[in-house]
Amino acid sequence: MTEGTALCPECDADVEIPADVMENELVSCPECGAELEVMGLNPIELELAPEIEEDWGE
Amino acid sequence: MRVAMLVTHIRAEEKLILSAFNNREISPDIILDRELNFDISRGSEQLAPSGIAWRAYDLIFERCVSTSRGMYALAVLNSWGIRSFNAYETAAICADKVRTSIALTQGGIPQPHTRLAFTPDSAMQAIEDVKYPAVLKPVTGSWGRLLARVHNRDSAEAILEHRQTLGDYNHHIYYVQEYVDKPGRDIRAFVVGDRTIAAIYRASNHWITNTARGGQATNCPVTPQLDEICVRAAAAVGGGILAIDLLEDARGNYVVNEINHTMEFRNSSQPTGVDIAQEVIDYVIEQVEVMA
Repeated sequence: MTEGTALCPECDADVEIPADVMENELVSCPECGAELEVMGLNPIELELAPEIEEDWGE
Repeated sequence: MRVAMLVTHIRAEEKLILSAFNNREISPDIILDRELNFDISRGSEQLAPSGIAWRAYDLIFERCVSTSRGMYALAVLNSWGIRSFNAYETAAICADKVRTSIALTQGGIPQPHTRLAFTPDSAMQAIEDVKYPAVLKPVTGSWGRLLARVHNRDSAEAILEHRQTLGDYNHHIYYVQEYVDKPGRDIRAFVVGDRTIAAIYRASNHWITNTARGGQATNCPVTPQLDEICVRAAAAVGGGILAIDLLEDARGNYVVNEINHTMEFRNSSQPTGVDIAQEVIDYVIEQVEVMA
């Protein structure tokens, strides 16, 4: 893991974290494509984002 | 001005909206819908998850990706007299395709020929009434999920049987529309109050053109004709901040396909050159100040 990255909880790949990241922001793992949610900022904690539900989106 | 932004999580749109608020020196509290636990029988003096009373907020800006959570939260908050964008009534109409179609009809807004039925037999009749190809849609749902274009009786029977057998009761409400033979694209127009601030074409080789499904966005000029139908359609569902999806029929006339009350716009500012988030937030601030 290098600076500005965090480990994907699904596949252990390095996930780039934007400098202006916010808690509860969604990011994607570039390796496995998992959608991840930033659960903590210091240090960065990633969890798998909740599964998309039937009423989600526009 | 004290603002809370209600979210499921933070997406590109929410960051743009926060930045637009920050540009006007407002820092909204972010409230996660997963943390809501309303005591409906008590009022707005109860604390929000942010630790301050709900009634302290001048505005709730609802940005939940979960339609049902956002809608019911607005129902509670508006019942306590707390102002929100959009209002619950607008959200409730837009979240339900049947209610949207009724509102468009009442507003005299052109839309695809639409029928409603409740059993596979009557739905089959509805499909044959609108003629093939017909489109079946869930009454709630988005990102083009579970839409079906039905070309003949065989596929109609299969889809109806699947929906009746595998779906919950929501899928036993058969919302049937004529298929509009559009020119490989549809239009998404952004209405803020009584103005259409921008519009995009969403082009796709697939009949479902949502950008969430790979549709490509390019600028669509907002002509007086487009502005007029969009503003009227927005008013028909209660008004606010709305994304109007339109189709162009074979004669080039606009028909309104659906209206979205928690719009996604990350792909739309760049092609249109319009700062959609800032336009929206400046309107919202102005409205709250007018009401204060």
